[in-house]
Amino acid sequence: MWDYTKSVIDHFEHPRNAGKLKDANAVGQVGSLACGDALKLFLKVDPETEKIEKAKFLTFGCASAIASASALTELVVGKTLDEALAVTNEEIAAFLGGLPKQKMHCSVMGKEALEAAIANYRGQKVVEHKEQEVLCKCFWVDEEKIRQNIKEHGLKTVEEVTAYTKAGGGCGNCIGDIKRILAEENGSSVKEQLVEKKPKMTNIARMKLVSKVVEEEIAPMLRKDGGDIELVDVDNTDVYVKLRGACARCANAKATLRQIVEAKLRESVDEDITIIEAQ
Amino acid sequence: MQENMQVYLDNNATCMVSPGVREAMMPFFGELYGNPSSIHNFGGQVAKHLVTAREKVAAMFNVSPDEIVFTSCGSESDNHAIRGVLESNKDKRHIVTTKVEHPAVLNVYRFLAKNKGYKITELGVDNLGDLNLDELRTVLSPDTALLSVMTANNETGNIFPIKEIAEIAKEKNVIFHTDAVQAAGKIPMDLKKIPVDLLSLSGHKLHTPKGIGVLYIRRGTPISPFIIGGHQENGRRGGTENVPYIVGLGKACEEAVAHMNEESDYVSKLRDKLEAGLRAAISHTYINGNPLHRLPNTTNIGFEFIEGESILLHLSKAGIAASSGSACTSGSLEPSHVLMAMGVPFTYAHGSVRFSLSRFTTDAEIDYTLKIVPEVVKTLRELSPFYEE
Repeated sequence: MWDYTKSVIDHFEHPRNAGKLKDANAVGQVGSLACGDALKLFLKVDPETEKIEKAKFLTFGCASAIASASALTELVVGKTLDEALAVTNEEIAAFLGGLPKQKMHCSVMGKEALEAAIANYRGQKVVEHKEQEVLCKCFWVDEEKIRQNIKEHGLKTVEEVTAYTKAGGGCGNCIGDIKRILAEENGSSVKEQLVEKKPKMTNIARMKLVSKVVEEEIAPMLRKDGGDIELVDVDNTDVYVKLRGACARCANAKATLRQIVEAKLRESVDEDITIIEAQ
Repeated sequence: MQENMQVYLDNNATCMVSPGVREAMMPFFGELYGNPSSIHNFGGQVAKHLVTAREKVAAMFNVSPDEIVFTSCGSESDNHAIRGVLESNKDKRHIVTTKVEHPAVLNVYRFLAKNKGYKITELGVDNLGDLNLDELRTVLSPDTALLSVMTANNETGNIFPIKEIAEIAKEKNVIFHTDAVQAAGKIPMDLKKIPVDLLSLSGHKLHTPKGIGVLYIRRGTPISPFIIGGHQENGRRGGTENVPYIVGLGKACEEAVAHMNEESDYVSKLRDKLEAGLRAAISHTYINGNPLHRLPNTTNIGFEFIEGESILLHLSKAGIAASSGSACTSGSLEPSHVLMAMGVPFTYAHGSVRFSLSRFTTDAEIDYTLKIVPEVVKTLRELSPFYEE
């Protein structure tokens, strides 16, 4: 169960301004059934003053989606369109006493519906997603939106990007792209973190560990079958070995090397280890 | 009708401890505290109960007590089965399961594929959630080390043809494991007739407290121990036995066997009443799964144009507990992997709710649920931009 604030539950159970607005002169809709949430926002704007006189909404979505839409309508009524455009998704979340991190996209959806409705009122064309720019096919999120959210909210990790935009939360195929964009937006410090999650093993430490595993685990195993192994060199993750005795004459020597030695070293030392037979 | 009735329809998640089970366990929190391995009388009298409990579990499957290994939960049983079999035979590099398995199986398979270099085949299902057995026949090869197919699905209640699947596996010389966590005790399973090699069971789906499971290992199945330690469980799982829970599980299996037929009738009638009532009262409502072979206690219903978490929270406020394959309840963003594998349309995948009953569910509770659910669906549809009367 999510840890929703009392205010989120209150707006979910008793949404303010729910329903259609018959005399609306601005309508914006974002989201879809496939996405799992959608919001249709209706505004009645005074043409003279550009003040939002009434706001109503329809929402398909979870409790925080409904509560965010309800909060949005409360926030924008009485504001001019320009004032309303200055409302951020954080303000929507704050109005509700906060949203769980994974649900921040619900407040982003509120902000987007507002922008769509105002664009509709002003006769501007809402920027449509172009197929080739869509990065997350599951939730139809384009690269621009991801970059914008990274910049606005100082996002640092894929999880945070997913929490704000939903991108990467489905099949996961775009996670590589999200990492790339994060690295580009945040500079090299993050890039290094992403590439090198595990603490990097020094060459000496790796050499020692390889030697230990070969001597204590692999060699005894081969000796049981009348063979032996000699460690010749370790160059980063390339491990040079010589096979002796029964193994050396064995037609399956290469397979033995690959399967046993490499698997064992990858498991015990480093998953990037490559075994090379020394001449 | 009581306004704040409490109705528990989430028995596939966990269920109440039966009074009989609780009573059977109590002495082991009191005077019967001995270690069953001890030679003295404190241990000896406890060991007898352990033997009886093992016999009761074995009797439910018509197997030998020495084929029963007690574990801490269904997930441990699944992990033991899968990793133990692969550990004991490292030559074969192909593993086969289905896209609709519980994460306790599916994520273990995916871990092995990702980190241990196994080739994995995940069998798909059709729109009703059924497997294609011809496809299964073609994917099993001499390199296949293990096949895992659940007996019944936790989300839809669909029952897979385990006997046929086990026979195909046997014919192809592939070790077969089934996760029977949802099915065990709900449908008859005679393992003398169904040639599975390994079967997982979880106590708390059978009215014991959480913390006890079983792995059935057919005699002769090559499998490495999961917890290396003492001689307990024939050396297959070291660690002092969880005696109170094992005794409780013995009692739970005994109760399940004693009441299986009448219970199945009773529960399926209530389930059918709920399902028919909801479909009659609410338009745009669909059943997920195959009604021809489902567990008697489960229904998974998709309500079009609304979202599962909202439904569950409104139901919860009215005192009704159910669960959802909706993304929003789980913290992920995609709807349930089971519904997605079945190709359930997005229009009701997000609004699918599972109601799972037990023998403790009453007719009055179903009446109350039939009154509340249509009100909740109506409220949310009035809010939905996609629903037009």
